[in-house]
Amino acid sequence: MPHIEIDGKTIEVAPGATLMDAANQAGIFIPHFCYHKKLSIAANCRMCLVEVEKAPKPLPACATPVTEGMKVRTHSAKAVAAQKGVMELLLINHPLDCPICDQGGECQLQDLAVGYGASASRYAEPKRVVREKDLGPLIATDMTRCIHCSRCVRFSQEIAGRMELGMVHRGEHTEVMPFLEQQMHSELSGNVIDLCPVGALTSKPFRYSARTWELSRRKSISPHDGLGANLQLHTKDNRVYRVVPQENEAINECWLADRDRYAYEALNSEERLTRPMVRDGDKWIEVDWQKALNQAAGALRVLRDTHGGNALAALASPHQTLEELHLLQKLMRGLGSGRIEHRLGQADFSGDAKRQGVTWLGMPIAELNQLQRVLLIGATLRKEQPLIAQRLRQAVKFGAQLNVLHAADDDLYCRVANKLIVKPSAWVNALAQVAKALQEAGASLPAELAGQLNDITVSDSARAIAASLNTGERKALLLGAVAQNHPAAAQLHQLVAAIAAACGAKLGFLSPAANSVGAQLVGVQSGPVALDAKGYLLLGVEPELDAHNGPELLKALQAAECVVALTAFKGRVMDYADVVLPIAPFSETAGSFVNMEGRLQSFHAAVTPQGEARPAWKVLRVLGNLFNLAGFEQNSAEEVRQEALPQGEAGIAARLDNAIHGVALALQPPGAGIERLGEVPIYQLDPLVRRAPALQQTQDARDAACAWASGALIQRLNLIDGEHVRVRQAGAEAVLRLCRDDRLPDDVLRVAAAHPLTAGLAGRFGAISVEAV
Amino acid sequence: MLSSDALAQIDTEIAKYPAEQKQSAVMAALRIAQTEKGWLSTETIEFVADYLGMPAIAVYEVATFYNMYDLKPVGRHKVTVCTNLPCRLQGADRVAEHLQAKLGIGFGETTADGRYTLVEGECMGACGDGPLCLHNNHKMHTHLTPESVDKLLDELK
Ligand code: SF4
Ligand code: FES
Ligand code: FES
Repeated sequence: MPHIEIDGKTIEVAPGATLMDAANQAGIFIPHFCYHKKLSIAANCRMCLVEVEKAPKPLPACATPVTEGMKVRTHSAKAVAAQKGVMELLLINHPLDCPICDQGGECQLQDLAVGYGASASRYAEPKRVVREKDLGPLIATDMTRCIHCSRCVRFSQEIAGRMELGMVHRGEHTEVMPFLEQQMHSELSGNVIDLCPVGALTSKPFRYSARTWELSRRKSISPHDGLGANLQLHTKDNRVYRVVPQENEAINECWLADRDRYAYEALNSEERLTRPMVRDGDKWIEVDWQKALNQAAGALRVLRDTHGGNALAALASPHQTLEELHLLQKLMRGLGSGRIEHRLGQADFSGDAKRQGVTWLGMPIAELNQLQRVLLIGATLRKEQPLIAQRLRQAVKFGAQLNVLHAADDDLYCRVANKLIVKPSAWVNALAQVAKALQEAGASLPAELAGQLNDITVSDSARAIAASLNTGERKALLLGAVAQNHPAAAQLHQLVAAIAAACGAKLGFLSPAANSVGAQLVGVQSGPVALDAKGYLLLGVEPELDAHNGPELLKALQAAECVVALTAFKGRVMDYADVVLPIAPFSETAGSFVNMEGRLQSFHAAVTPQGEARPAWKVLRVLGNLFNLAGFEQNSAEEVRQEALPQGEAGIAARLDNAIHGVALALQPPGAGIERLGEVPIYQLDPLVRRAPALQQTQDARDAACAWASGALIQRLNLIDGEHVRVRQAGAEAVLRLCRDDRLPDDVLRVAAAHPLTAGLAGRFGAISVEAV
Repeated sequence: MLSSDALAQIDTEIAKYPAEQKQSAVMAALRIAQTEKGWLSTETIEFVADYLGMPAIAVYEVATFYNMYDLKPVGRHKVTVCTNLPCRLQGADRVAEHLQAKLGIGFGETTADGRYTLVEGECMGACGDGPLCLHNNHKMHTHLTPESVDKLLDELK
């Protein structure tokens, strides 16, 4: 290991380290713009020039590898003169618009200009002006401010996986822009805002709304996907103004998905429910909490007393906190009901009896980068788990083989080794093929399974996947949300478990929601969603969107005698609820989520609840009191958490287990005809993102409103790409714009689930037909 | 989009690099495409990008960086005159003025009949032979005088 002397300190550094690494190790700051620890080295800003003994000219620290015995001075007269020279050049064309720049106060150029800039410019000529670019609803541009560090360009290539920006022209004419005025469509696009060292790329929704020094920074946890990204909520006057990442190398690194970054807009939505209300015939009346709670408790009590505890059912969102979910199940069990479910989107619950543990990722999130072999099963990865997709992209870059089983051959923006793209009803068969191919290659399968594979014909792709899984080390089979909501989810799980065992891979669930693991831990799962309850208690759900079969559940709710909804938003719930209780979203309450790797992450309220909204755990506690149930005396979210998980994270780890045994396979040939692929779109995941205006203007949101089919299918059906069509499924129908995607098999129609336009359709999979309107 | 001949030429260039580094042939591919099409439209750039498996913006970066790539239509004869110091010292501005006067266009412009385009060039590394110009990126004419320029223009139909 080489030794070097840097500013008089002798240190030992790793071979291959750069002077920048060495300086970071020694705690010495070298000014820089283009260098970023997660990106490749461009060395194009030249701000990091330092003096190296025996080198005739200053050298860029970010791009100079350390050699034995180097003597480096980062703050010598020569180094500082070089740095000041670079700063002068950078400022020549940089506008003096700091007073109206959103980056002001958190701008690297501004900060470094204080240390290295001259107080006056020697440059008297006109500065150049660069036309703005329209990058879409999320990112505002002021390209005249760009200093061409190329961080945003490298981010799009290396992390987001698709080069959406480029550095065009050269010299004084250089401009950063997308090709042909396209917008940025990456689901990770917002990160360029954090990366941009100046105010060239800033947040569009946040624009001109606050100055950074007025904002308080409150740590929190993303309530959306199962990653549990760490956030900072920036608040002022009791309002969340923006969200930025809180670095956590083990989880989100320094990134955030756009969903985590921009969903905050919904916190201030007009649709927030801020007063308790009770129904009076067709009218809603605002009442005080006392009255609303009494009415809710009274109605539920009557139902329980006349029909028994199981006449009541609770539906809860896995985006609610652990504390809330715990108290909900405690309340329901206290009332004698065992019907408490969070998996509204799931169709197949037959696996519940065949497994014991809480399903989880099967490994720490950070280990995803080290995988060598992966099989993704039913995961629309970039949209379900944008940052997991990013980690697997890094793994592929280091040689991992990524294999895919899905009904759409979406571009994952990284190389895919082998894929099986077949309609959902063929997935069980497809996995059976992979299992059989492994068996033929000498792997041993559980006896109960091995006997069932005789009639399976192994396709070349299945054999290639098996061959890939049979080599290498550090392997994982990951079940995505589409697989988890599949009508044969238990069989898929069983087969994947067998394949994982046969090839020595880990089996993981990509938990779709922030608290999917937490909801299982506190027992908010009891099997199929109750459709015959007389009274429903809803916690944070929008059943018509969240349910696998929305219309069916909607009917059940309409038929129920009493529906009490704890919700942060008004919405369809106002059509069928009898009492609505305004609860605080994650930013306004203390709570915890357990992410997909089983990590318990707690957070505090960043702002106080809007209007009369209250943290749901408090509401549930009071409901417990009204029913005179024991054990509802908690004074804080911490106390509830302590009760729910007395052993904390240690207790969680012991219960995580993806094992499954004894699911019988029904290996029928896949059905003929067109099948629906119904995924939850990226910006329809939960009630918050559904109400985030900027996210709803993105291409992803627009795409979700269409029905997608391959060109061959469109032609076969004599339909026209771009026109509206009527899709019919199990007696229900919806009118959608038809769009072409040749990455779909010719017997798959991709129609989003959890979407207002498709909420009338029954079931996310199965036979579907499409015709001209 | 491109003729089979042009594609064959591009394939020859691609074959010079390892299979997974097709993008190394980008400059050659753009040159071949431009020779065939006269200039590089965004469609041509996208075609080259697809052919080499590159993002279009990355090819656009290359095409905009080098000024021998034409991103707008040019005349049948593109005459690039070096106006850097060594050539100037040998009379390049006289040659340039003569060309401009004779064709009635300035640098960066094309004659109305689409026959000539004049471009102001930078040092071509042949200073000893100045003043000089480059015809259609491929052929250099050296030791220019107003008279030899007249002759050259007549030859370029
Ligand atoms: S826009 Fe910002 S991040 Fe991108 S090159 Fe310019 S200064 Fe760098
Ligand atoms: S940080 Fe080293 S050149 Fe930009
Ligand atoms: S200056 Fe004209 S060729 Fe060098």
